[in-house]
Amino acid sequence: MDTRVAKKKLGLKERYAAMTRGLAWDTSYQPMDKVFPYDRYEGIRIHDWDKWEDPFRLTMDAYWKYQGEKEKKLYAVIEAFAQNNGQLGVADARYVNALKLFIQGVTPLEYYAHRGFAHVGRHFTGAGARVAAQMQSIDELRHFQTETHALSHYNKYFNGMHQANHWFDRVWYLSVPKSFFEDALTAGPFEFLTAVSFSFEYVLTNLLFVPFMSGAAHNGDMSTVTFGFSAQSDESRHMTLGIECIKFMLEQDPANVPIVQKWIDKWFWRGYRVLTLVAMMQDYMLPKRVMSWKEAWEMYAEQNGGALFKDLARYGIREPAGWKAACEGKDHISHQAWNTFYNYAAAAPFHTWVPSDEELDWLSQKYPETFDRYYRPRLLHYRAQQQAGKRFYNKTLPMLCTTCQIPMLFTEPGDASRICYRESSYLGDKYHFCSDGCQHIFEQEPEKYVQSWLPVHQIYQGHCFKEGVDPTQPGFDPLMAVLDWYELNVGRDNFDFEGSEDQKNFAAWRGDAQPAAGEGGAA
Amino acid sequence: MSSSISNVFIAFQDNEEARPVVEAILADNPDASAAHTPGLVKIDAPGRLTIRRATIEEQTGRAYDLQQIHVNLVTLSGHIDEDDDQLTLSWRH
Repeated sequence: MDTRVAKKKLGLKERYAAMTRGLAWDTSYQPMDKVFPYDRYEGIRIHDWDKWEDPFRLTMDAYWKYQGEKEKKLYAVIEAFAQNNGQLGVADARYVNALKLFIQGVTPLEYYAHRGFAHVGRHFTGAGARVAAQMQSIDELRHFQTETHALSHYNKYFNGMHQANHWFDRVWYLSVPKSFFEDALTAGPFEFLTAVSFSFEYVLTNLLFVPFMSGAAHNGDMSTVTFGFSAQSDESRHMTLGIECIKFMLEQDPANVPIVQKWIDKWFWRGYRVLTLVAMMQDYMLPKRVMSWKEAWEMYAEQNGGALFKDLARYGIREPAGWKAACEGKDHISHQAWNTFYNYAAAAPFHTWVPSDEELDWLSQKYPETFDRYYRPRLLHYRAQQQAGKRFYNKTLPMLCTTCQIPMLFTEPGDASRICYRESSYLGDKYHFCSDGCQHIFEQEPEKYVQSWLPVHQIYQGHCFKEGVDPTQPGFDPLMAVLDWYELNVGRDNFDFEGSEDQKNFAAWRGDAQPAAGEGGAA
Repeated sequence: MSSSISNVFIAFQDNEEARPVVEAILADNPDASAAHTPGLVKIDAPGRLTIRRATIEEQTGRAYDLQQIHVNLVTLSGHIDEDDDQLTLSWRH
């Protein structure tokens, strides 16, 4: 009582161990196997959960403190942005279409991630893994909320954002990110972490957030920069969870190596395909460009991913099966995707356009091997057609890849003049694929992918019309009926940027006081 | 793949809070180099990079909790070793 003993403060590692291992217990009323039934059936063998290395040891007090700080900073910026009519400061109104794609296709994934991590945060036997997953689950919910809040300001002024949640479950191209995440969510807990934490977050997420947010900064969109970087500041923890989980599985038992390799092959390719949308945003939708998709791919995938797989080689892991094809694709996919969306601009709630001459020159310079040869002539043709009053809108439905659900728009490896088609049969039915990668994924788990909700098939089967619609009526317009079911405002949300309400409004709001592009003097 | 040492990297928002951290890294890691793109500063270093709390404190003249870097951290690569005094990123090949 009367002698005061100086208590030594615990170090970081001890503090974190006390919170995770220290607060965990083994169940006694029920066997552990019954309480944690899900982390065995995938075949991953774990002998000692105590060998789990915690990625970034944030204890709860530190977690709440720093997350709270991030929120305060972010909401100060969002508020200032709204009060100062920040939406008028963006480079030009075309840029907002990148934000539409973001709120439609990326933000809902944050919510899926929240659910996925909440699930595995319950089901891992090891307490360290559970705590890391639970924290990430809270992070992901924060991302969904902050992105929704930040972008809701744009929704007051621009079309194409008002039904983002409704569209996510219905609109054809949004089934690409949706099916990606549902595939991950319906896998076991170890596959989920390999899919989301490792393949998506560690290997690929830099390609989504870093160049895109830098692009937002460059295009005068302070609110998006801030939510992007605020979300991304959690990402380092998430990425580290991914690599720690991979190392843990590989170190626990050599029998885990082939299982993990199979998952890496699958999820690298799935993630790479989803990023096609990002590639297109980066090369075509940012009026002021920071770096091309190709440059971003080289910096974050080839250099960093290369280093990573060199490092994992000591466990017997090689680079993902589709790696070379993905690296070849860096010269093509953004152009092929933009071409497709340009075609289907009537059926999508955002605008497309033919880039300006200056932008075409930038693309030529960034893609010297491919742009002038394959892609520029097509865009110039579209422009000529449009100027002649014949803007082309494709009103038929594309064939989709059963695995990634992207229309068959990718070309053969080594031949960018030929569309790539692959076909497999399963139980007497034929299935179509955009690539060897997607075909291979299907063939590993056909019983899973035959259940895919493919938007085009669903439309043809009559599942995408409002109740009471009669497709046998004379003069029935199937596209209009589908857009009505989407709750898409035809003529406002869709079609070319040229002539759109967004374009007219933005010009009117900015007024004549703003110098026209190119007359503004030095930046 | 080549046998040369791969880079590790760490990136921060390019702001006043991150500046002493970036300066400390550049002071402690002579092989590191920083590149600025809009809103972002990315530091690359061959094989290994260490952030030392003491160096940041020397820069700012006040106490610094190393976990404060989370507020402005954007991304990183490599394996992490973290305690109260330092955070190290490294590749093992």
